[in-house]
Amino acid sequence: MNVDLTLTVSRLWFIERNLREPSKSPMPHLCQTPCQRRVRAGTGAAPIVAGMSDSAIEATGLRKAFGDKTVLDGVDLTVRTGTVFSLLGPNGAGKTTTVNILTTLIKPDAGTVRVAGHDIAGAAKAVRRSIGVTGQFAAVDELLTGRENLQLMTDLSGGRRTVGGLLERFDLIEAADKPAATYSGGMRRKLDLAMTLVGDPRIIFLDEPTTGLDPRSRRTMWDIIRDLVAGGVTIFLTTQYLEEADQLADRIAVLDQGRLVAEGTAGELKRRLPGTHVRLRFTAAEPLDAAARLFDGSTTDAEALTLRVPSDGGTASLHALLNRLDEYSLHAEEFSVHTPDLDDVFLALTGHTTKVDAK
Amino acid sequence: MSAKSHSAVMLRRNLRHITRNPTSIFNAVLMPIVMMLMFVYVFGDAFDVGVDYIDYATPGLMLLAVCYGLGAVATSVNSDMTKGIINRFKVMDVSRGAVLNGHVIASVLTNVIAITALVGVAFLLGFDPAAGPLDWLGVAGMIVLLGFAAGWITVALGLAAKSPETAGMAAVPLVMLPFFSSAIVPAEKMGQGVRQFAEYQPFTPIIETLRGLLDGAPQTGDLIAAIAWCVGITIVGYLWASSTFTKRA
Repeated sequence: MNVDLTLTVSRLWFIERNLREPSKSPMPHLCQTPCQRRVRAGTGAAPIVAGMSDSAIEATGLRKAFGDKTVLDGVDLTVRTGTVFSLLGPNGAGKTTTVNILTTLIKPDAGTVRVAGHDIAGAAKAVRRSIGVTGQFAAVDELLTGRENLQLMTDLSGGRRTVGGLLERFDLIEAADKPAATYSGGMRRKLDLAMTLVGDPRIIFLDEPTTGLDPRSRRTMWDIIRDLVAGGVTIFLTTQYLEEADQLADRIAVLDQGRLVAEGTAGELKRRLPGTHVRLRFTAAEPLDAAARLFDGSTTDAEALTLRVPSDGGTASLHALLNRLDEYSLHAEEFSVHTPDLDDVFLALTGHTTKVDAK
Repeated sequence: MSAKSHSAVMLRRNLRHITRNPTSIFNAVLMPIVMMLMFVYVFGDAFDVGVDYIDYATPGLMLLAVCYGLGAVATSVNSDMTKGIINRFKVMDVSRGAVLNGHVIASVLTNVIAITALVGVAFLLGFDPAAGPLDWLGVAGMIVLLGFAAGWITVALGLAAKSPETAGMAAVPLVMLPFFSSAIVPAEKMGQGVRQFAEYQPFTPIIETLRGLLDGAPQTGDLIAAIAWCVGITIVGYLWASSTFTKRA
């Protein structure tokens, strides 16, 4: 993944800053760095975007309170056209409120939002014509069949896609004439997303699209999302599953108590944090102790005969480490690099884990 | 797309819902007929109303037929609001009125079907009204007017309720109200208090108007009171529903 140097340096700065003051400082908004330029790995159809005019979604200074409770406290975000942006956070962080504001369902107390180039306050209708939304709870009509649900969307929107084509694409043909109430959770989600696609939106909001799905349905949903991205659609995804953001998103913003506390690619977020280490397993205690003396800051686990050596995980430092072992004729039985998962990232950025009392 | 064609799409959706839900068909169409059979065959002889009981009770049961369908309407409006589909409609820029219009018009159509069936059964049981074609037209008009009034107030109740279950309960008073009117027995046969309530509640002039029209001799006073009540309730229901909808959705 190519990341502009300026961006990397500035991100390093903000993550360090956040680590020093974990709970308070919202991070400066990096997407506004004008030189940002990136290529998405993985899909061949990835567009290369540069410059501010390619933003599908731009929000600045979003604030929202419900009564005394501040839900969003100054959120800035920019989503580039054709990319997947994931808003990651625990329950109650403000993810759904953000989606509701961006999709014109509720008005922010302060801040401006442009979606597909249209202002949500002044041109809500134009915004609505450009977007599709799949909410947290599958918004299908349970009494209607899958086909009738899609037909309803076509009738209401003058949809450009055919009902039959969508049923086929989402593997719903067999169930097409059964009421949606009889669908499994995974099928319901698929139908929901198919309904969202009727109007062929170029920007799609997915609010926790896989919450409550079994692992297999989750994989199916991920594949569908990847297909959409390959077709050039911009996706704004919220999730409380760290793995999901990791799997799908080009950029991840971490939302905590109404503020963005970090933003970057999954790899960037993980790499820049302490905790990445190399694990070496030896066959006896002797080489283990010998190796432990070679590396500053290493910790041993005598029982498992393993040595943890802090490392940035980069090839240069790994090379140096292996050379040093070689130099002293030490042979490790097993060698692995451990990167913290996004849960660790979340803990480091916010000072608390993602576990929040259920609402 | 215009609000009118959106309303038509929504109406089609609501009518489909009714046909898919056997309980709502039973409540709206069969229940009034069951009530009619019960009152005419089981209780009817016990009431001395001065005329053939079927002739007396049919107008009241017509009103009961309107009310019996309302629980399902309130529940279905509330489900739309609480199950997330309303957000989909809003993001699709479906006019807000279309959603509510669909529910109200579907409710009125259900009423018309239920009452047609009820009157059919009444004829089989020996119902013998003196009404001429113009009177029948008046009956139809009165029922549609009542249907809109009951429909809008029920939609408002459904919107104001927290869950589909409580929405169903909110319509119960509307189902009970006809019993405290001259629908089943004349108001003068009721006890103190209930009688005054029965005389002045909105359903009594509506029933008396229907009774008058079916007898071929409508009373102007009842007619004016009935129309005034219906229009008043429609306006209150409409305004209440619209403001609740804006607040909630």
